[in-house]
Amino acid sequence: MMLTFVTSAVTVVDVYGNDFTAPGDEPTAPSASPAGARPEEPASFVALLESEGRVEPRDEMPEGYRKTLVRQIAQHAHSEIIGMQPEGNWISRAPSLRRKAILMAKVQDEAGHGLYLYAAAETLGVDRADLLDQLHSGRQKYSSIFNYPTLTWADVGAIGWLVDGAAIVNQVPLCRCSYGPYARAMVRVCKEESFHQRQGFEILHTLSHGSDAQKAMAQDAVDRYWWPSLMMFGPPDDDSPNSAQSMAWGIKRFSNDDLRQRFIDMTVPQAEALGLTLPDTAIAWNEERGHYDHTPVDFTELFEVIRGNGPCNEQRLSHRVKAHEDGAWVREAAAAYADKQAARQSHEGAA
Amino acid sequence: MSREPLWEVFIRSRRGLSHVHAGSLHAADAEMALRNARDVYTRRQEGVSIWVVPASAILASSPEEKDAFFDPAADKVYRHPTFYEIPEGVEHL
Repeated sequence: MMLTFVTSAVTVVDVYGNDFTAPGDEPTAPSASPAGARPEEPASFVALLESEGRVEPRDEMPEGYRKTLVRQIAQHAHSEIIGMQPEGNWISRAPSLRRKAILMAKVQDEAGHGLYLYAAAETLGVDRADLLDQLHSGRQKYSSIFNYPTLTWADVGAIGWLVDGAAIVNQVPLCRCSYGPYARAMVRVCKEESFHQRQGFEILHTLSHGSDAQKAMAQDAVDRYWWPSLMMFGPPDDDSPNSAQSMAWGIKRFSNDDLRQRFIDMTVPQAEALGLTLPDTAIAWNEERGHYDHTPVDFTELFEVIRGNGPCNEQRLSHRVKAHEDGAWVREAAAAYADKQAARQSHEGAA
Repeated sequence: MSREPLWEVFIRSRRGLSHVHAGSLHAADAEMALRNARDVYTRRQEGVSIWVVPASAILASSPEEKDAFFDPAADKVYRHPTFYEIPEGVEHL
């Protein structure tokens, strides 16, 4: 059992479909049971998992499984809608109408991804309004990657290429997640993410083949986003207490380190095609392993950002709360209109 | 309690196919639900027709009673063509 040093806020973090804590923070996954033993797991649930079947909303499931999914899906949904902010920041300053239209479509997709995921979470018996409350009050988190600022236009490219690229590597295995509604939502999300990644790559490719200043801007964005992108996969396997249970439940399919390695292997040749360098001189092909070697990720920064000390944590959350509050009159007007129409219809029906 | 009830969304992806469940969403009324469904589920021409149904109007069979509920079909293998033995060489049957 992990010692709990921080009792105020639960800082389990989903990173685009991952699930981990900063060390010393409250573990919310049920403590792992002895190997093989699955007390309290309904026989129908165990049979479904063993046959690689999908669990559907009305099936019997252990409470821990339900809670883990609610937390992970909700925090994934929060990440999607908070993720609209760093890019939304550049819509009004996109360098051309073409780039602007593309960026608006991408940001709209992120809103859509949030909605697919909130809908999937609601199949587990929670209410979207409650989940938003938990986001707004800081009781549930979102991916730390969105607590970094987008300082230049090239950052929009780096987010598409690296952040969405890392998200795809994390999310593709979730299309086979044991919980049906989450898996189906992820199929939709993954289809749309590949456009996101390509448009980011194209932005960087254009910049890196432009003027010296444009190339330098692209390189600077990659230098700043590389390490945070690698952190998106979560801590090393040895420090990831929730992973084993999530793997046993078929929520998670690959370990954090395996996914991170897959991302690096994919990305190194792409960086070469861009003519940009990744900010890690240790990156080199290892013939024996069949993978690229790299410097181990320093997670001190990640845990600081999770704890609320990233560059933009406050700004992201206060903007979200303000957007929600500013939209209150729209929700009230829609409800009032619906009430009026319903009353009119029942009046006509009675007449 | 949410002022925006839950709606289930069904989409016909192209003519000739039936509507298939795509997901759900919240909206104050049916018309808003339809417009939201268009924006959430058909941003890339995934549909030519949308149905929205109040989630509260759907009655679902219970997974706990699955065996008993579907049991009547279990012992009627003669409903499948493969049940029947046909002599060698007989075609178009």
